[in-house]
Amino acid sequence: MNVKNYVRLEFSSLPENVSFARSCVGAFASQLDCTLEDIEEIKLVVSEAVSNSIIHGYNNDPSQTIEVVVSILENNSLEIIIKDYGRGIENIDQAMEPTYSSDPSRMGLGFTFMRSFMDEMDVVSEPGKGTSVRLLRCFPSQDHRAMA
Amino acid sequence: MQVKADFKQVRNTLVVRISGELDMLVTDQLRQEIDYRLDSNSINTLVLNLEKVSFIDSSGLGLIIGRYKKVSAQQGRIYIVGASPSVEKILLFSGINKLVPLYRSEKDVVSN
Ligand SMILES: Nc1ncnc2c1ncn2[C@@H]1O[C@H](COP(=O)(O)OP(=O)(O)O)[C@@H](O)[C@H]1O
Ligand SMILES: [Mg+2]
Repeated sequence: MNVKNYVRLEFSSLPENVSFARSCVGAFASQLDCTLEDIEEIKLVVSEAVSNSIIHGYNNDPSQTIEVVVSILENNSLEIIIKDYGRGIENIDQAMEPTYSSDPSRMGLGFTFMRSFMDEMDVVSEPGKGTSVRLLRCFPSQDHRAMA
Repeated sequence: MQVKADFKQVRNTLVVRISGELDMLVTDQLRQEIDYRLDSNSINTLVLNLEKVSFIDSSGLGLIIGRYKKVSAQQGRIYIVGASPSVEKILLFSGINKLVPLYRSEKDVVSN
């Protein structure tokens, strides 16, 4: 699918940057014909994925790097890729189970939010190399809606 | 600091009025501030006022669940009041309302 517009962010794995990342992606997504509620959901999933990279991927080491690429595709869907070069995930199926967390003080709901609020979620991860989460959210284009 | 918390204690009730965005940046400090008060004063009711919270993610939910566990272990009660529609949606989605009842306002908690 061709990309109509994209933004690429690269930032330090600092907690301060979680709100920066979700605000940026939310602002970018507002170019699409979507509701405020859609934007809130998009901000939530970005917050979850970036927090995961910092907490789990990098074990809160602030000197690492996180990349986020957000694109509007030709069919007006929004694609978000969040990538870290951290610890990686041994067992992706287990990690995605609702309420599973490797940290007993956490809720284990991050992947559940991502899966529920987005239309597609793909996780690619290699232990010791890092994790890449791809999220896709479809928005019916205005033309389609007019026809319906 | 993106989040601010005002604390008010009336007898055995601690009311925490939080404003800002509840994510991983602020949950650690907020947890310490709340737990310090729970430990040092004889509190049996914790009211988390979220009227001015504009965003919450699973780190914020973890903060609430953790306080629920702590307060319950001391036979106390915990309530959430004033969540905006967007915050309430996430609270309901997580099922946290089954453990921590949601109320419209601080008055509603008192009258119950
Ligand atoms: N970027 C990542 N790097 C390494 N491990 C991860 C990453 N993202 C998620 N995980 C693993 O998947 C588990 C589930 O993630 P999530 O659903 O967000 O729950 P939580 O963050 O509350 O643990 C985490 O506990 C962690 O073990
Ligand atoms: Mg998470």
